[in-house]
Amino acid sequence: MRTTRRVLKYELHNVIRSRAVLIYTVFLFLLTDVLFRFGGEGPRVVLSLLNVVLLFVPLVSVVFGTMYVYSAREFTELLLAQPVGRRSLFAGLYLGLALPLAGAFLAGVGLPFVIHARPEAALWGPLGMLLTAGLLLTFVFTAVAMLLATLFDDRAKGLGGAILIWLGCAVLYDGLILLLITMFREYPLERPVLVLTLLNPIDLGRVLLLLQFDTAALMGYTGAVFERFFGTSGGRMTVLAALAIQAAVPLLLASRVFRRKDF
Amino acid sequence: MTGAASAVEFRGLRKRFGRLTALDGVDIVVAPGRITALVGPNGAGKSTLIKCLLGLVRPDEGVMQLGGAPIGAGWAYRRELGYMPQAPRFPDNLTGREVVAMLRDLRGPSAETDDELLEWFGESGALDRPVRVLSGGTRQKLNAAIAFLFRPGLLILDEPTAGLDPVASGILKDKIRRVRDGGATVVLSSHLMAELEELAEDLVFLVEGRVRYAGPLAGLKERTGEAGLERAMAALLRRGGA
Repeated sequence: MRTTRRVLKYELHNVIRSRAVLIYTVFLFLLTDVLFRFGGEGPRVVLSLLNVVLLFVPLVSVVFGTMYVYSAREFTELLLAQPVGRRSLFAGLYLGLALPLAGAFLAGVGLPFVIHARPEAALWGPLGMLLTAGLLLTFVFTAVAMLLATLFDDRAKGLGGAILIWLGCAVLYDGLILLLITMFREYPLERPVLVLTLLNPIDLGRVLLLLQFDTAALMGYTGAVFERFFGTSGGRMTVLAALAIQAAVPLLLASRVFRRKDF
Repeated sequence: MTGAASAVEFRGLRKRFGRLTALDGVDIVVAPGRITALVGPNGAGKSTLIKCLLGLVRPDEGVMQLGGAPIGAGWAYRRELGYMPQAPRFPDNLTGREVVAMLRDLRGPSAETDDELLEWFGESGALDRPVRVLSGGTRQKLNAAIAFLFRPGLLILDEPTAGLDPVASGILKDKIRRVRDGGATVVLSSHLMAELEELAEDLVFLVEGRVRYAGPLAGLKERTGEAGLERAMAALLRRGGA
């Protein structure tokens, strides 16, 4: 624990001062700010931000994360040669990466709401969900970045893997589900699709957010099934738990690889 | 026992990376309180051997001992170690002062330090500049300062003078001799023969993961009948190949 805290402290300093994290924060801030200036009300800005959060946050987390872990490789070796355990060092490295990115997201998206948004009851639910989804996606995709960068010694492979995983979750996965639905349209597919949705963090984020609005009605019968399942507080808890698991599984795997790895 | 002599022992050390055998049964005893040079052609297993000792690489077989105590899975033995990696990269956005503070924090407050090289590194104000703007040589000074900082009983130096100008290199070599005189054991690898002849007392010559020669530097020259270290090693290589 002590080692983790100490590593974390300096990693935080280092990552927060990096130019990429600064640009990320400023970009999110300007975007949200502009959406407000173009006459958006709080809840509508949340809806406009939906795709940014669902696509951009995972992309930045997984690509920046992978690159960062590779660039810290030599220093990690020097730290490993110190009297510290690998497990606590790993925890410090992960938190040192994930927390600044999470903070950048919170500040970039949250500050414009503090400045512009009228405090109204209709805002809290969607905004809370937007921030929760963004934070969870940050933790999931930085965990994936840690796994890729510890698994592959070759930077090109790790970075390629990062982009592939992002592309898979953001684009290909939905295409595959659509294909599945068209191929098996004679069968009742609501349950399989529901299960498949639970496996993709970006889809989970989308479901969480869409159900905050009335747009779910547009999804027809499937939407109704989704609403019935995900709309309940139990369903929402399931989604949050699934996202937490999707962060924990790659993280535990990465930690295991890290502990046994030859550097 | 910080600062005291620590003998290092490798017994039957083996390590394979896939189909590549990096270490093929290495038995070495590194004498305490002496400077031992690790030499050999590229890919001979020098780095792997050093990394095994540091706990960065887990050997497949064999045992290692430091000061008579076996090195196992624990990490406490690394309190005795000072390590100077070959190509140091420090977190870009931290200053030298912060990097040093981090390592000090990791060791705990009780650690007794030797700030001589740190002062040398900080002479031109380098301590408070972000590491990414420092020149390669200045970074190597920081690297050296960190290795010597905690008065280690065993120093592991990988190409210690690489990138240093002659003056800096001289200062570092003097420091190496001084800590040896203070009782520390030094293991270093270098490709500079002149440097090895100047510093090393013992020599371990690795070829393809095996020890070709281990013993005093003078003994190698005697055995091969060659006066220069470079020629002596070449003679040993030729003889082994025949």
